[in-house]
Amino acid sequence: MSTLVISDLHVDVLTESGPKEILKGVNLTARPGEIHAIMGPNGSGKSTLAYAIAGHPNYKITSGSVTLDGVELTEMTVDERAREGLFLAMQYPVEVPGVSVANFLRTAKTALDGEAPKIRTWVKDVEKALGNMQLDKTFSARSVNEGFSGGEKKRHEIAQLELLNPKAAILDETDSGLDIDALRVVSDGVNRFTASGDRALLLITHYTRILRYIEPTFVHVFIDGRIVDEGGRELADKLEAEGYESYVKAAAAAVA
Amino acid sequence: MSTTADTISNAAAPQAVAPNVASAIETVDSHLHPTPSWDIADHPVPHGREEIWRFTPIKRFKGLFSDEPRTDSLEWSSDLPEGVTMEPITPEQAHALSVEAPVDRVSALAAKNAAKAYHLSVAANAEIADPVILNGKGTGSAVADHVIISVGANAEATIVLHYTGSGSYAEKTDIIVGDGARLNLVTLQDWADDAVHGGQRSLLVGRDARVKTITASMGGDVVRLQENSRFAGPGGEVEAYGLYFVDAGQHVQHRLFVDHNEPHTKSNVDYRGALQGKGAHSVWIGDVLIRKEAEGIDTYESNKNLVLTDGCQADSVPNLEIETGEIAGAGHASTTGRFDDLQLFYLRSRGITESEARRLVVHGFFFDIIRRIGVPKIEDQLMEQVERELEQAAITQALES
Repeated sequence: MSTLVISDLHVDVLTESGPKEILKGVNLTARPGEIHAIMGPNGSGKSTLAYAIAGHPNYKITSGSVTLDGVELTEMTVDERAREGLFLAMQYPVEVPGVSVANFLRTAKTALDGEAPKIRTWVKDVEKALGNMQLDKTFSARSVNEGFSGGEKKRHEIAQLELLNPKAAILDETDSGLDIDALRVVSDGVNRFTASGDRALLLITHYTRILRYIEPTFVHVFIDGRIVDEGGRELADKLEAEGYESYVKAAAAAVA
Repeated sequence: MSTTADTISNAAAPQAVAPNVASAIETVDSHLHPTPSWDIADHPVPHGREEIWRFTPIKRFKGLFSDEPRTDSLEWSSDLPEGVTMEPITPEQAHALSVEAPVDRVSALAAKNAAKAYHLSVAANAEIADPVILNGKGTGSAVADHVIISVGANAEATIVLHYTGSGSYAEKTDIIVGDGARLNLVTLQDWADDAVHGGQRSLLVGRDARVKTITASMGGDVVRLQENSRFAGPGGEVEAYGLYFVDAGQHVQHRLFVDHNEPHTKSNVDYRGALQGKGAHSVWIGDVLIRKEAEGIDTYESNKNLVLTDGCQADSVPNLEIETGEIAGAGHASTTGRFDDLQLFYLRSRGITESEARRLVVHGFFFDIIRRIGVPKIEDQLMEQVERELEQAAITQALES
């Protein structure tokens, strides 16, 4: 059973002109089996939340805590967090030339489990995970993300999610740039991941479109580095109809 | 990370070239391409400020500048299949068979003072299935060789020159590839730590011939190679791949010159290196000349350097001289930098430790070149060498931190 708790999280982004505060106290608890949609306009800090939790070197957690099943993550290295059970599906998956998908996945699985996967079942598992995402077998021989289309990169992220089966996952705008067919394929994968009922999921998105295929337990509205409103599915419907404008204005008024 | 990239392309390349143009090759005045000459007097001992020597540690290289007859060759051993012969020839014969005269003092001395000259010959139309492997071993003394490699018209072969051992070695090597032939030429500079190796390799690519070269420089104290390619007729293709792993105090220099002197020829140069340890120094010079008559040619050259530790220096100088715009494409790129933080972050975010992530990235960087060799045994051997270098890097890092 996996619970991800984010408490009063403050994060700076490190820029050439010095650190700049992006997250200004984020609180969120994702219990086992819950899907939390985090919605907000561009520049509100949604991706910063994802990167900071995963341990990206350009972001610095200045205060607050993130725990997974009670284990504090913020003092850990990127790979230690992953081995603790955290997964980030990235908005812009990185190309790693010369490293095959097969080698990458096997190395990751070995690192997570502390032992190499059994070859016979593993090859089948990889083929199945890729097949589920409609990526054919030849992808396992290709370099990681190199020459992949935008949609293939996103589907490759979700193939990893299914294969590595972490305790808690953050999907950072996995839906953006996907056509409707790819969106369905990706949503099916995410639903299979959460179907076990004991995984925690943060779904960061700009659009409500993906929520037609993935049923959120909670919807959070993210403005200017904070969660400013929370609700159920109906909140997403409201955002679909009205946009973020009233929230953005309220946040601006609060600052002024 | 510093990056340069330029691309020039011209889709409207004319298909026909006047037949009288090819014979009228003009002389190109350029400091990049010294005038070839067999006469030692034309190649004085360099002081180190000359354009072609300014990156070279002259003191460590000076053994190769002394004009004395060499009594020994490398100890050559090989097992030659049918259709392939290797015979001693006279210096005069070697001179007559050469692609071009020496362009620097080291190769001029190699030709003049070599104990022996050799001619490795692949018969016309021969299809040599197994790689032809020549092992050249240095036994500690100063040696020089002039080697001619000729591949007959329409022949197909893979030739591997594997250099090992100690001492100083000067070479002049000329490779003549006949019309329509295919050659895969692998050279492994796999020297012991104290070896000094310099010289010139000149490749002549026949009409419609295809040549792939892989130059791997992993060992030695100083390695400096001038690698020239030109064409004997239209339609030829050369792919030149290189890799080097430069450790503390080591100097590795590859100087490439592709002379597009014939129309509709192609060249693709891709050299990659990793540097680690104090005083590790790599130099890559990539010159491409597109002559007036070289219409419809296509060329690209790339050099990438991965700097693994502090205290290393990677010099990378691509040069493109263009005398006609009627070409299919011309470009170059050069990057030198540390590990890509995003690549490491991505790999580590999947649970892979930092050292393992670094290992994967370097593996990938080199594997991209190594997989083109086409000789499984040598591919494996080079990957193992990369692996060993990385282990050494991990040990060095552990000791320093």
